[in-house]
Amino acid sequence: MKLVGVGAVVAAIAALIAAYIVFLTHGPTPFKPAVAQAGTQKSVNLTLQTVAAVGPKLAPNENWVSYLVQENGVWHRSTVWTLPANATVHVTLYNYDGQSGLRNPFLAQSRGLIGDAFTLNGKSMSSIDPDAASHTFAIPDLNVIVPIFGVADDAKNQCDFAPCDPSMAHETVKFSFKTGKKGHYRWQCFVPCAAGFLYGFGGPMQTIGYMDGFINVV
Amino acid sequence: MWSRYSHGARLAALTTIGTIIVLPIMIFVLGPNMPPGKGTDVAKSQVFDNTVLLIIMTPFTVFILVYVLYSVFVFRADKDDPLRDGAHIRGHMPSQIAWLTVTTITVLFLAIFGSAELLSNGSGSGQGPNPVSTEKNAIPVQVIGQQWEFTYRYPTYGGVETAQLVLPVNHPIEFHVTSLDAIHSFWAYELGVKADANPGVDNVAFVTPHTMRTFQIRCAELCGLWHGYMYDTGKVVSDSQFTSWINGQRKLYAATQKYLPPYATTYAPDPEDRAG
Repeated sequence: MKLVGVGAVVAAIAALIAAYIVFLTHGPTPFKPAVAQAGTQKSVNLTLQTVAAVGPKLAPNENWVSYLVQENGVWHRSTVWTLPANATVHVTLYNYDGQSGLRNPFLAQSRGLIGDAFTLNGKSMSSIDPDAASHTFAIPDLNVIVPIFGVADDAKNQCDFAPCDPSMAHETVKFSFKTGKKGHYRWQCFVPCAAGFLYGFGGPMQTIGYMDGFINVV
Repeated sequence: MWSRYSHGARLAALTTIGTIIVLPIMIFVLGPNMPPGKGTDVAKSQVFDNTVLLIIMTPFTVFILVYVLYSVFVFRADKDDPLRDGAHIRGHMPSQIAWLTVTTITVLFLAIFGSAELLSNGSGSGQGPNPVSTEKNAIPVQVIGQQWEFTYRYPTYGGVETAQLVLPVNHPIEFHVTSLDAIHSFWAYELGVKADANPGVDNVAFVTPHTMRTFQIRCAELCGLWHGYMYDTGKVVSDSQFTSWINGQRKLYAATQKYLPPYATTYAPDPEDRAG
């Protein structure tokens, strides 16, 4: 009887650990964008938003900086995305956050993009002033990094918290990259943008669902 | 005949026999396969150090195993034996002296041996900003730890910073390991190099790679959410390949070169800056 009890407790703990791992690696609400296929070429569109504060409607930590993803016209706080292998991902990112500045200016240059460049408000470029960076979108294992230009301090009609409206001050960044082979890749922001946390790297920078996430390439 | 000898004598004999059997396996089979392999001179010296430790620990390990097995079989009580107290332990001066002598000699030997190894070639470890063991005509390479990626700066090649670590074969390398945020640790496994990356500290480590190869780079200090993903693959290449690569990097990253701070042994700005 005692043995059965111990076995049940061990099984319950193992199940909890497994559930936690599944939660961590696949996320609570993995986002899976629609895949377009032309011949053998697959492509997906990913529409993102970065906000200075996620707001009370989308997260318990309403003051945390965050990425949002658009699904059927609605903005969700999900940073775990499922993307097809060997596909082209076209990203459109609307940044409503201000300029924090990169601690390492080297990361102000893009790499790993199709065409070796991104567009900022329609203008093609490969780097920005590191002091004007608001965030980066980086998938280190795919050698992808894009610096995100921040909204100027004196810009009018700034967005205090999500959801932000397109009429509010923002910067539009567009870029494309290849997903490559199947795998499980992390992505992150390199700008120390977590206001109020040690070195700007606590809270939302250390929590999946805000400034970090996974890309499940399947 | 066996019963003529005391338990102590029997244990000593069994330990000696066991050590004689196991020691050659440790030296000739396990020893050469000890980490981190033989990628560089300092890696080879670490294999040697680990083999020496293996040799020293062998008789102690054999003694413990022999003692456990001896106790299981020799001191086993029969089912019908009456329950009785064992002999009272009153101390045994020869055993105490032997134990103190053996452990003292072992610890002193390891302290002297370890210090001599560190002084001879640095053992690939970070020696702080003023290294005792140095290499002449070494190529300086700055390793910059940040949450969560290592980047590398080559001060003798225009101070270019890169996302890859590529080294020329047969040239001494002088790593200057630092961090611009939390504490990291730069571990180039097959090179035998491991040095803490602390913000505001220049931690110097030397190595000379003698074979063209790839090597694994990992962060060996728990540094936050993506610590487990903070890995990379470095390369040791020929002189001509290195020259071609570094010139390519200087062109590739020319756009951000103007924004980099002047090369210094620690990386500005202070972590307190630009936070949030």
